[in-house]
Amino acid sequence: MIKIKNNVAVSDSGFIFNPDTGESFTVNPIGVEIIKLLKEGKDVDTITAELQKTYATDTQTLEKDAEDFIGLLRNFSIAENE
Amino acid sequence: MNKKPKLTIAVSALNAIDSPGPGVAVIRALREAESFDVRIIGLAYESLEPGLYMHQLVDKTYQVPYPSSGIDTILERLDYIHAKEKLDVIIPNFDAELYPYIRLEAQLRERGIHMCLPTMAQFEERHKTNLPEFGEKYGLLVPKSKVLNDISEIYKLSSDFDFPLLVKGQYYDAYVAYNQDQVKTFFNRITAKWGLPIIIQEFVHGIEYNVTGLGDGTGRTISAVPMRKQYITDKGKAWGGISISDKRMLELTDKFISGTKWKGGFELELMKNKDNQFYVLEINPRIPAWIYLAVGVGHNIPEALVKLALGEKVEPMGDYAVGKMFIRYAWDMIVDMEEFQTISTSGEL
Repeated sequence: MIKIKNNVAVSDSGFIFNPDTGESFTVNPIGVEIIKLLKEGKDVDTITAELQKTYATDTQTLEKDAEDFIGLLRNFSIAENE
Repeated sequence: MNKKPKLTIAVSALNAIDSPGPGVAVIRALREAESFDVRIIGLAYESLEPGLYMHQLVDKTYQVPYPSSGIDTILERLDYIHAKEKLDVIIPNFDAELYPYIRLEAQLRERGIHMCLPTMAQFEERHKTNLPEFGEKYGLLVPKSKVLNDISEIYKLSSDFDFPLLVKGQYYDAYVAYNQDQVKTFFNRITAKWGLPIIIQEFVHGIEYNVTGLGDGTGRTISAVPMRKQYITDKGKAWGGISISDKRMLELTDKFISGTKWKGGFELELMKNKDNQFYVLEINPRIPAWIYLAVGVGHNIPEALVKLALGEKVEPMGDYAVGKMFIRYAWDMIVDMEEFQTISTSGEL
């Protein structure tokens, strides 16, 4: 299970600040949505299902994109395995 | 209502240039002190140090002899200044000044002038030339380094170091060299300006971090504020930075202070490598130029340093605001020729 680190700040506008490393990032509105769902404790399957309600694309593409994005969050120490 | 005491504090390093001395930032902090008011006496080496002309910050400036002039010459000048100003505290902010000021500490105290400085042993021990031994003694990760006293030693480096490597002066200057020819060039450039020895240091790839702090000499951390450099000049100086909360940096700082029983202000220069290990690149035995960020996050380190210098009890400052940034800027002042003339001819302004 992946979760956003407790002390990482994410604004509604998509600005992310990691207070441990001092790094900051910006993500697009879909990124904000994924982060919000991760913060609610949702897993990748649930996140994909939620996004599919809003975006007209196939499950495979959504799953791949969501996995890639979450991988980036992990690489940049914004998210970690619970 | 208690009236705040007014202290006369002399501060050096007014060179607020592209590679700035900490003086101006220290003075800003002192002017914002809650426990005392100040009269600020600037100590300048050159007549074009910008802080001299910042009359809203500096009440009076005196030119002082270079640290290399010897302690008797320095003391004679300080006696002259003290006779006029009745100094309570001196805050020397250049690395090269610390050696004479530490030696003068007892004599100045007799005159009623106080300082909060590391001991000579602490000052010597953390020197760039002693970093490997220092790291081993206090359990801190430091890059491999070697001291060179002769240019011919350059040719033996390739067996111990990979390129690139760092070529550093004893007090100032550092260059990245990618081959032996560059090491030779930088060796000559640094020795021409700062003399021997030269330090060759392993180049650690990673992200630069700094911690500034204050130790009270008993092993207690009074303050520690870590910062990530966000904007770095071509001289490697932070032109912008942000306060962060990395617990490992704070633990490392506590380890440094409790191990050495450090007294006074300091700056740790750290590099985090790709394996998330923090290397201690340098330990600067004085307040850094970015000290105003510490004030901005709630730790007025210069104020606490003055209180320690005066023998007052100072409690650890605790938490600070995370995610506050400093962004430095350059500012052109218009100065009358008479002012430049006055400092140049009389050594006072």
